[in-house]
Amino acid sequence: MKPTLLLGTRKGLVAYHCNNGQWQVENISFDGVPVSIAYADPRNGTWWACLDHGHWGVKLQRSKDRGKSWEEVAAPAYPEGEEVKDGVPAATRYIWAMSHGGSNYTSRLWLGTDPGGLFMSEDEGNSFKLVESLWNHPSRKTGWFGGGRDQPGIHSIVVDPRDENHIHIGISCAGVFETLDGGNTWLVRNKGLRADFLPDPTADMGHDPHILVAAPTNPDALWQQNHCGIFRSVDGAKNWEEVSEKEGAARFGFAMAVAEDNPDQAWVAPANSDEIRVAIKGSLCICRTDDGGKTWKELRNGLPQENCFDIVYRHALAASGDAVAFGTTTGNLFISNDRGESWAVINNYLPMVYSVQFAD
Amino acid sequence: MPVVKFTKALKRFFPTLQDTPAEGASLPEILSEMDAHYPGIKNYLIDEQGGLRKHVNIFIDGSMIDNRNTLGDTFTAGSEIYIIQALSGG
Repeated sequence: MKPTLLLGTRKGLVAYHCNNGQWQVENISFDGVPVSIAYADPRNGTWWACLDHGHWGVKLQRSKDRGKSWEEVAAPAYPEGEEVKDGVPAATRYIWAMSHGGSNYTSRLWLGTDPGGLFMSEDEGNSFKLVESLWNHPSRKTGWFGGGRDQPGIHSIVVDPRDENHIHIGISCAGVFETLDGGNTWLVRNKGLRADFLPDPTADMGHDPHILVAAPTNPDALWQQNHCGIFRSVDGAKNWEEVSEKEGAARFGFAMAVAEDNPDQAWVAPANSDEIRVAIKGSLCICRTDDGGKTWKELRNGLPQENCFDIVYRHALAASGDAVAFGTTTGNLFISNDRGESWAVINNYLPMVYSVQFAD
Repeated sequence: MPVVKFTKALKRFFPTLQDTPAEGASLPEILSEMDAHYPGIKNYLIDEQGGLRKHVNIFIDGSMIDNRNTLGDTFTAGSEIYIIQALSGG
């Protein structure tokens, strides 16, 4: 298990460090400022904070000393005149995903934004440039729309460690896109998904993958917690298969994590339906599959089982070794050291948690 | 020469902020001028397409500006230009 937990919350960045089995606060930064994503770059230890100032816009900060000091760098900006749709100017409204570019591209970083632009940096994040090939994709203006946020947003960026120009991204609402050439050209990868909210649920475009994740030991094994169920691909997103439970809890939700050492083992954080969006029957559970989604086990030991309203946002569930952690909409942070079999509270009094990441 | 006054909320990010005389003939010019005094502040007030951020207001001599997208409102040499935050959020 990596010993640091980095949290983006509605009221700041919070970092915990595990000392002799005890999770203790190491750093709190940006008091009162919504942090949409807190991200530690595993290549160099740089911490990033994607800020969503209510008044002053989206800002990007980085720290090279574990949060002791921060430096503001230029946030991603859309070129002059770009539009979300005809007559709607495109400006960065939210940073919703961050990923490093891989060990062969040490200066490369990716950002996903609302209203739908993917940005790349080739200079360690000193500047970011809109990936115009995706922004100009013929499906965007007419086929993408808001889901979770008012305008389309990129919330998932999955870089293939075998070939770091091979990337999958997840967009709400559009679906999954794949590039094989570092972002020059894009393929739509929505075959097998189902979008019950569309007139044609099997349409090529307009799907809502709440989060897209890949198995570290087999990047062709991709998973998504979708608005309409849990889906898995074993062929690099060429085909998707639904693996939701028909009657059980593992169906609707936002977050998903895959085991570092087993492409068939994954966790989801179920919520009660699109319409209601609270914990199911007032009780919190995490579901785990050990067999590639054929079966799911409800993991409840140590989690609140009555009068509970918590749900887990899409970036707020993470796994590292045998450890699994998640933060909730009502400010609870839980940790398991046995892959979810039992849970302990780290904090019941946090702000709403937007992102959770294990880091060195 | 108009004077630009700022909400104190911005002092968190720009500690040297104070009432600042301006020479620009338009609001976009004045915001660029303020950005030279306080590097980066323009980006806190307007987005990359030049529109005033949703929860920022500008008042000229006590009246809220009309055009939040092009900032085409006019002022005089004696005007006071207030840059304030909307009261929103929780």
